[in-house]
Order: sequence, then structure tokens, then C-alpha cells
Amino acid sequence: MNLLGLVLFLPLIGFFVVLFAPRESKAPYYLALLATVATFLASLGLVAPATANGAQFSSVINTLWTNAPGMQIHFHLGVDGINIWLVLLTTFLLPIGVWISDSMIRERQKTFFALLLLFEFGLLGVFTALDLFVFYVFWEVALVPMYIMVGSWGKGLRGPAAVKFFVYTMFGSVLMLASILYLHSITGTFDYVELMNSLNTGAVTLLPSQQLLLFLGFFAAFAVKVPIFPLHTWLPNTYTQAPAPATFLLAAVMSKMGAYGLLRFCLTLTSSGAHTCAAWVNVLAIIGIIYGALLALVQTNIKRLIAYSSISHLGFIVLGIFTFRQQGADGAVYQMLAHGISTGALFVLAGYLEQRRGSLEISDFGGVANIAPGLSTAFMIALLASIGLPTLCNFVGEFLLLQGAALAKFSWAAWAAIGVVLSAAYMLWMYQRTFFGKVTEHSPRFTDLSLRDWAPLLPMIALMVWLGVYTQSFMPPISSATSRLLEQTNMNNQYQVLAKPAPMEVADVR
Amino acid sequence: MFANFMPESVDYLRFLPEILLSVFGIVIMLLEALMPARAKRTSLGGVAFVAIVLAFLGNMWAASHPGPAFSNMIAVDSYGTFFRGLVLVVGALCILNSLGYMEREKAQSGEYYALILFSIVGQCVLATAADLLMVFIGLEISSIATYILAGYLRDDRRNNESALKYFLLGSFATAFLLYGIAWIYGLTGSTNLEQIRSALDQGSRSTLLAGLAAAFLFVGFAFKVSVVPFQIWAPDVYQGAASPVSAFMSAGPKAAAFAVFFRVFMVSFRPMNARWVWLVWGCALLTMIIGNFAALLQTNVKRMLGYSSIAHAGYVLVALAASSQIGIAAAMFYLAAYALMNIGAFAVVSHIAARNERFVRIEDLAGLGRREPVTAALLAIFVFSLIGVPLTGGFFGKFYVFQAALNSHLVWLTVIGLINSAIAAYYYLKIIVAIYMKDPGEAVEQLPPPAISLRIAIWASALGVLILGVFPGTLLSIATSSAAMFR
Repeated sequence: MNLLGLVLFLPLIGFFVVLFAPRESKAPYYLALLATVATFLASLGLVAPATANGAQFSSVINTLWTNAPGMQIHFHLGVDGINIWLVLLTTFLLPIGVWISDSMIRERQKTFFALLLLFEFGLLGVFTALDLFVFYVFWEVALVPMYIMVGSWGKGLRGPAAVKFFVYTMFGSVLMLASILYLHSITGTFDYVELMNSLNTGAVTLLPSQQLLLFLGFFAAFAVKVPIFPLHTWLPNTYTQAPAPATFLLAAVMSKMGAYGLLRFCLTLTSSGAHTCAAWVNVLAIIGIIYGALLALVQTNIKRLIAYSSISHLGFIVLGIFTFRQQGADGAVYQMLAHGISTGALFVLAGYLEQRRGSLEISDFGGVANIAPGLSTAFMIALLASIGLPTLCNFVGEFLLLQGAALAKFSWAAWAAIGVVLSAAYMLWMYQRTFFGKVTEHSPRFTDLSLRDWAPLLPMIALMVWLGVYTQSFMPPISSATSRLLEQTNMNNQYQVLAKPAPMEVADVR
Repeated sequence: MFANFMPESVDYLRFLPEILLSVFGIVIMLLEALMPARAKRTSLGGVAFVAIVLAFLGNMWAASHPGPAFSNMIAVDSYGTFFRGLVLVVGALCILNSLGYMEREKAQSGEYYALILFSIVGQCVLATAADLLMVFIGLEISSIATYILAGYLRDDRRNNESALKYFLLGSFATAFLLYGIAWIYGLTGSTNLEQIRSALDQGSRSTLLAGLAAAFLFVGFAFKVSVVPFQIWAPDVYQGAASPVSAFMSAGPKAAAFAVFFRVFMVSFRPMNARWVWLVWGCALLTMIIGNFAALLQTNVKRMLGYSSIAHAGYVLVALAASSQIGIAAAMFYLAAYALMNIGAFAVVSHIAARNERFVRIEDLAGLGRREPVTAALLAIFVFSLIGVPLTGGFFGKFYVFQAALNSHLVWLTVIGLINSAIAAYYYLKIIVAIYMKDPGEAVEQLPPPAISLRIAIWASALGVLILGVFPGTLLSIATSSAAMFR
């Protein structure tokens, strides 16, 4: 076990510790905060080795999990230039989730914090898994706590929303499981790196017909999770009914699971399948971009509006991935980070608004800027980041994505750009109705942000600026990893056998 | 010549678990007759538990002397030892479940525990049977004891209905089985599983008649393991019987019947594999679909678990359709995981149900998470395992079964089976919704704390489910090496 093992298992240890903490006390909160902050600090140590050579996996863990004949499963994890940032995004946002939960979750706090930690464990596993079986296991492990959080602490019709979320995801993931099993029955291994190497050397070839089936299975799971139109219908209900911290994590981190899966597994393992379906996927992504934006335009509820805007933004990421261009893939990864931060901040702020007014209907608000200027400023910054104002994070991602799309097919970029315009429209219109105008019903509970409320926002705003201004701190490792990935894609797609296979993995950096 | 029929001493050793259980069963009945009428009968349950523990040790001892016994009537091999062990664990858990339950229903008595022991004797015989006659005898011993158990609370109308249905349909199925055995004997001149195989291998027998005989046996076994179209009895019986008995029936007799089902088809009828595999394929498909869709509509937890047990039988049949060694190993693992999770779920249900099983609707579970967080969390583990969420035994079971199916190129059966398990998530989640997402109702408000024995049973099942989910290697290695004897 190395540092990655520590990062992965700290949340799990935290989960058990919190379970045994006394119920009616602050202890679960402090323990959860401690665990998540420690995880974040530990994960910082992964950055240097992972970014030194973004194209290779570092901090690798590779131990045998089960060794029954015909069923060897390796507990194989590692980070490269792509997933290191997703790991950091997760470990960075989880303490914020714990922090805001303390005031937003009123009852059965202990269980909630325990579930948050289990959720973090699952997410970190998903982002670092290098074995398809392990990936699937973590994929489901992340689902269960989120399901319970939405169902138990949500509002209104939370039960049906949570069940819809679970069953939808389950349908996708069983198809992915079918693909994983099918791949195993062809190749005899679950190990991603081993699969890559044997595809490179030509030891294993997957026929286009097989690849198509495999691709569709994987795609089903990822498309539900992203979500890609028309599989998005679980999202608005789930986001709206979920408690604020859960919505925050769903939008900021969990939605990246699907996009990451598309990039990591669909593009490399089943590249011919991905190429065959790319045009269809991109059309769906563009429909999602425009459709999500149009629906966001007519929403009357702030949370629902941000939820639909999420569908639109995630459409960009999918479009970028399926351009098979360097810019598109770079932009997709960058946008995952940017979207995580900016939408995360928006949902945190929506949570604050809800705490103060007890509702998120736009019509219940008005003139908030007069009563709570701090809150309004923070909201404005997050909003501008979200619509892609230059110098803030989303601009970089969207620019690269559109560039990639334009290189692949100009009309795709043209259609997708409509989404950018619309995003400015719905966001600013919502802001205008909520924060400007006449003050509705001045309630004494409606206070401006306290220092405690600012605490999670400031680092997020700082990151928005950092990501928007100094791209160089993040981009080089991403580029080297994505270029390696795309090279793999094109190679597999053309059935070229590399004369001298490049090793995928460096020796374990301990 | 007659000397050959004299049992050797090692034969008795190989039969030790059955002997121990039978002796203890009789002792319990005698003890009860000698006890004063007012005395508490709980201690008799303790005696039965001890008997099972001893039989388990006996099983281990017998396993160290593998081989045939009583002129090839039974055979102790690792496959048989595995299933003997499984039904003994099931029995032990069910006795723990029953102690508190029978106390609450004021029906504590020795004969109940004696019947459980006798039923397990039958199941142990089934697990090791090497001859169709022993199959029949084992099935009868197990079934007759179970019929009585199903109707054990004789003042309860649902118990009576359950027992009657189970008895009538079960006898009907046994008749099919016996008829099939007779045909096989007529065709091959033997009832020994290996000899039947070699006779069929020679190919001189009419394949049509052999196929019909196999079909008769199939019907008999399909009844016992509740496979479509012979599943009609299962929901009624599981709903009507006392919860610990339902748990027992859905785990023990089912596992034993599957054990012998696999053994007969993978040993005796292996030569005509290509003919029956499609029959199994179709039945597996229908069983999964009908079990799951019917379960979607249920409001009674016991009935829902009844339908879900049909669906799970369908998943195990998928492993038989694979008809490979991996398939057998997968089925063994699956049945073990299924037994644990189902007994656990039934145990929690019997706890909530209160006297006379008044609270057995899904909404009666409402709010359990607030009132008894530990019990609720354990129930959640069982439910997630039944769904097939990773890190539980149920997931690995499903995983191995479908892997076996894919290795035998049953692509569509795998896809449909997996989609089925997503559909199943919908009804299982109703339980999770009730316990975590609803406010406590009448049933949960007046819930007394669970009895110690019940608590032990639930914890043991949950730990078992998690261990199978996180470290499946040990059990799977045992299953794989046992399956290796099926050539």
C-alpha cells in the first residue's frame, strides 16, 4: 500500500469511526471533517509523481484480490494526468460537503456523515481503478450512499426520486457489467493496463462487431450517469429533491464519473465501436446542450434551473470526448474540473438561499442584492464562471471543446455554440429576477453570508480564477495523458500493431 | 456375494452427520416426553443447535474419508460435503431464528426442533446421494418434515393453507420423480448415477425415451426448487408458513434440491447435454422474468420474498444452462450467498411481524431506520445483497453465474438476466424506502428489542454476506475444486 492506498482507505476508515461515534454530539461532524481534510492533504502528495509524466500511471497499487481459478481479480489502481485532477476535485470538494452539511442537515447527522465518507471512498475508487472489475465495484459503491442520502434527507417526493435515480443507474450499470464479463470471456482478463498492452502488441484483437456490443454496454452505464439526452430524466427530480449537500456532490463530482468512464474506457477499449457511434453520440450531446439550455430557460426553481444547465454543460464534455481530437479531449478533462467547481459553488449558494428563504422558487425571491450583497457577489462570480466568462474556469474548457468540435466538424461547433449563448441568457435572467428588483417580504432570517458560510466559497472562487488564468498548472499533464489516450484510440481503431509496444506503467513510485 | 452388502465401519463414518442428527432428533422427542408439562422447551432448541454443531464437525470428519458408502448408495465427495455444510449452517441459523419466535407465538416445543433436524437429515442425504433411490428417499425425508413444519402453527389458517398446498403439489412432483426413476431403471437397468451415465454413453438406448425420463426427473426437481412453470405453490407457501420456517424452506431444502438436480443432470444426463440445455435455458429465462415481475406487484414482504426466491432460482438455473464446471461452482457459491441473505431478510421480517405475524406488509417496515438503526442497517445489507450490489455475497454470486453463462456463449441469457436484476432492484428498494425514508408506523413504534438468539442469527448472516462479498476467494476455491469432479 502506498500513498494512493492511504487516500483511498482514509474515507473508509473514517466511515467506520463515524459509525461508532456517539449519536447526539458534534463528534461525527468533527471526525468526518478530519477524515476528509486528511484525505485531501494526503491526495496532494499524489500530484507530483502523477504530473511528472502525465501519460503514465503512478502510485500504482496492484495486489491480488481473489485468486480462484479462471477468475483472477487484481486490486489495481493508479493515477495519471487525467484522473489525478478528478481525485483532487473529489478530495477538495468533500470537506466542503461536510462543512455545509453541518448547518444544512439537521437530523441524523451521524448517519449522513458516515454516508458521505462511504461516498468519497466509492468515488475515489471509481476515478483510480485500473481493473474493470474493481471499477464496477466502486461504481456501485458510490451509488448506494448517494441513493440513501437523497431518499432519506431529501424533500417532497424524495422516495420516488431516489428510486428512479437508483434503478436508472442500475439499468445502465448491469449493461456495463455484461460488457465487462463479455470482454473477460474474450480476453481472459479484467485488467485495464494488461488489456491495453495486449491490444497494442496485437496479442488480442477485438472484432468491430464485438467492439460495437462492448461499446454499447459501457456507453449505457456512462450515458445514464452523465447524463446524455434522452437518458437524463432522472436528473432534474433527483437534483431538486436531494438535500443541498447531496445535490452539490451529485453535480460537482458524481456527474464526472460517466464522462471519465467514456474517456478512459470507451475510447480505448472499444475505439472502433466509439468511432462507429461517434456521430450519433455527438448529435445526442448537441441535443442535450440545446435542450438542457432551453429547459433551463423556462424553469421557475433555481435548483432545477442549475440542474438543467448541468445537462447542457455535460453535453459539451461528451461532445469534446467524441471529437477524438487533442483539443476536445483536453477541453473535456478541463471542463470536468471547471464544471465541478463552478456548478458546485452554484449549488452551495443555492443551498444558502434555501436555508434563508425555505424555498428555491424564483418568484419567492427579489432584491436579494439589497439585503445580502455578499451572497449576491459570490453568486455572480460563480454564475459568470459557469457561463464561461474569460479569466474564469469554464471559459478555458469550453473554448477547447468548441475548438475540438470545430476541427472535427464545423457544424457541430456551430450548433454547440448556441448553448453558450443560451447559458448566458438563462443564468443572467434568473440572476436578475432573484437578486435585483423589488425586495420581497423582508424576513429577519435572511442574513448575508457569515464568515462560516464564506469559508467553503473562498477556496472555490480562488480555484475558479486559478483555473481560468493560469492554465499551465493543470494542462501539461492532462495533454500528455490525453494524447497518449488518443494515440491508443486511433491505433486500436486502425488495427495497427505497434512494432515496439510502449510500456503503459512505470515502476511503483513509493 | 452377500458379504458385499455388509457395511464397513468407514461407511458409518461417511454417514456420520445423518446418524448424529437422527439420534439427536429422537433424543429430543424422548426428552420432551419426559419433561414436566410446564417446563420451558427452549432448552430443546439448544439441544438441536448442539446436534447441528456436532453434525457439522462430523461432516468435516467424514470429508477426510471421501468415497462411496453402503454399496454406492451415497458418496462423500467435496461437492456433497459443501452442500451438507450449507444445509447445516442454514439449519443452525433457522434454529436461532425460531427460539425467540416460537416463544412469542407460545408454540415452543421439542417436536418442532426434531422436525428441523429430520428435514436436515433428508437434505444431507440428498447432498451425498449417488443413487436415484437415495435421491428419492432423501427428498421424501426432507419434504415430509418440511410439510409438517409449514403447518406447524396448527391454529393458524394461513399455516394450514400453506402446509396443504405444499403437501399436495409436493407429492404430485414426487410422483413425477418416481416415475422418471422407474423409466430410467427400465432403460438402463440401474439407478446408480454413474452407471446410468455409462449406459447412456453407449448410445444404444432410445434417446427419445431417455429424454422423456430426464424430463420427468426435471419436472420433479423443478417443483422442489420452484422453477417456472412449477412455481405456483411457492408464494402461497412462503407467505402462509411461519417466518422462520419460510426462511428455512427457501434456503435449505432448495439448496439440497439444487445440489441433487445438478448432480443428476451433470453426471447421469451429461451425455445428452445438448438436448436438455435448451429446456433449462427456457425455464431459466421464464423463471427470472416471471419471478421478478410478479414480485414487483407485491405488498406483503413474505410474499415478495417468495417471488424473489423464484427469481433467484432462475439465476441458479442459468448456471445449469451453462452446463460447465464454472457453472456448477457459480451455482454453489450463489446458493450459499442466497441462503445467508434470504435467511437474514426473513429473520428481520419475523422480528417486525409481532405476535400472529400481524405486520408483514412492506409499509409495516416504515421507520425502522430511526427506531432500530442497527437492525435496519443489517436488513439493508441483505436487501442490497439480494439486488446484487458489489461487496456483498449476492453480487459475487450473480457475477460468477453470468460469467459462467458467457463462457458458455449464452450471451442473450446473460443480458436478459442482468436486465432482470435491474428490474428486481425496483421492488427490493421498496424495503429500503420503507425503512429509511418513511416515518415510523404502528409496527415499528411498539417493537420490542430483538431476542439475543435472533440478533446472533442476523449478525451472523450479515457477516457471512459481507465476507462472501469482500473475500469470496476461499469459498470459491472450494466450490471450484468440488466442481472439478464433474467431467
